[in-house]
Amino acid sequence: MRDISFGQYYPVSSPVHRLDPRNKLILVILYIVALFFIRTFTGFGIMALTLLVMILFSRVPIGKVLKSVRAVIFLVLFTMVLTFLFYKGEASDLIAEWWIFHLYWQGLISAAKLSLRLILLVMGPALLTLTTTPVELTDGLESLLKPLALIKLPIHELAIIMSIALRLIPTLIEETDKIINAQKARGADFESGNLFKRAKALIPVLIPLFVSSFRRADELADAMDSRCYRGAKGRTRMKVLRFRLSDLVAFLFMAAVFFVILLLRYDWFGWVAMLPFAIL
Amino acid sequence: MPIIEFQDVEYTYNEGYEGETRALGGVSFSIEEGAFVALVGHNGSGKSTVARLMNGLLLPGKGRVKVAGMDTADKKNLFDIRKSVGVVFQNPDNQMIATIIEDDVAFGPENLGLPPAEIRQRVDFALEAVGMSEHKRGTPFRLSGGQKQRIAIAGVLAIKPRVMVLDESTAMLDPQGRKEVMDVVMRLNRQENMTVVMITHFMEEAALADRIIVMNGGRVLADGGVEVFRRAAELKDAGLELPLACSVADRLRAAGLELPEDIVTDEQLAGALCR
Repeated sequence: MRDISFGQYYPVSSPVHRLDPRNKLILVILYIVALFFIRTFTGFGIMALTLLVMILFSRVPIGKVLKSVRAVIFLVLFTMVLTFLFYKGEASDLIAEWWIFHLYWQGLISAAKLSLRLILLVMGPALLTLTTTPVELTDGLESLLKPLALIKLPIHELAIIMSIALRLIPTLIEETDKIINAQKARGADFESGNLFKRAKALIPVLIPLFVSSFRRADELADAMDSRCYRGAKGRTRMKVLRFRLSDLVAFLFMAAVFFVILLLRYDWFGWVAMLPFAIL
Repeated sequence: MPIIEFQDVEYTYNEGYEGETRALGGVSFSIEEGAFVALVGHNGSGKSTVARLMNGLLLPGKGRVKVAGMDTADKKNLFDIRKSVGVVFQNPDNQMIATIIEDDVAFGPENLGLPPAEIRQRVDFALEAVGMSEHKRGTPFRLSGGQKQRIAIAGVLAIKPRVMVLDESTAMLDPQGRKEVMDVVMRLNRQENMTVVMITHFMEEAALADRIIVMNGGRVLADGGVEVFRRAAELKDAGLELPLACSVADRLRAAGLELPEDIVTDEQLAGALCR
């Protein structure tokens, strides 16, 4: 629990871990956009292969990445079944029908593609959070969004709020534990009764937690003031984000994949049509 | 020129509102560069208010506070004042800004706008000075209170201030942690010639200082070297106790033993008794 600030970060040293977080964010965005351009199983195959290459380079066990799918498995099954049941296809395609349900081959294929897309959609960002600490992500976001500061958006402030929130999570969890124990010692009951009753029992925990958070915020603000903080003005960073050669390689790789996906979809040059086999 | 100068400083919390409380009523003193000053006092004696006045977190209602000749009431000076006076607070958990130790120590120098290489060098120097180098890539959460407070000191040290103010920085620590922090602070004062202002209610810690300022009810009750401890009755009225070694020595003297007058620390007492 204490390590919640690190999210699900998997601490090993790998080329993927060392990539510039800005680059990783861009790669994930490219990856997600590409997924929405895919219509064929070949396309999904290419994306799955791309992800697999990334996972192998990241030295994160594949099981860890697959675990992220568990959170959405219900959603995947649900949409799959619904798509299959209610797909409207051509009469020649019909497999079976019963009451209001008509099952088509096309419906089955469509359901399979949809769930593939969902699963790949979850695994990409999961790899990002497994290989990047929340702090790096915040730094990367701040740097990427910096141009927005020109139109007076408080990017630096948002980033520092994010990083302080991350930093305070373990402290607040510890404090919650303490208050719960203190209330238990005085006979508070958090375990019995219905949901409503249990929620109500949390009020004497939340109020002191709330009050102490304000006190903490005050003290933290004083400490920041004392350490010469005055917002983004004149501030530099110790760790400078660097776009390295490996970043360029990773970016070109993803850009190539993106291009192939677009080519499969739109076939601008007629190359796909010239292939001796049909693309599924 | 003294590094810190209080001239007839008064301060009232919630001035003009309900719950108005007078914290300081005319406090004057000055601190020379390189000194090790302990500021002692009972709860509510105004000693923490003094700490907050020293780097402009609070501004005096009446009188003046000057840091290296700069008036804290002038907003233009504030940044330079905070560069000169670093404050370490009581609760280490409420002073950490980052999740990784070296990032936290870097926060101060980053705010100064230094080039990355120099920030890195200052962070390494500060962590080395408090003996926490081997933890620099770790998180502060698993550390003991004393270690966390040493990180907080490193965070201030990296700014390279001329004065370090410790506002009850040992109050929440166990004896081991207290010793760790005191060792670091003593070394900074003796070897790096850093001016230290230590606010505390532990008289044993105050006994290590060159000069002791005793506060009571928002005023300076006594100001001087270890001879302050000879005014036992007055200290008692201010709600303070003598350091243990001092009161043991007093009782031994009362029982007829001949002991030197300047005993304030345990080591001195032990040394005198073994002779």
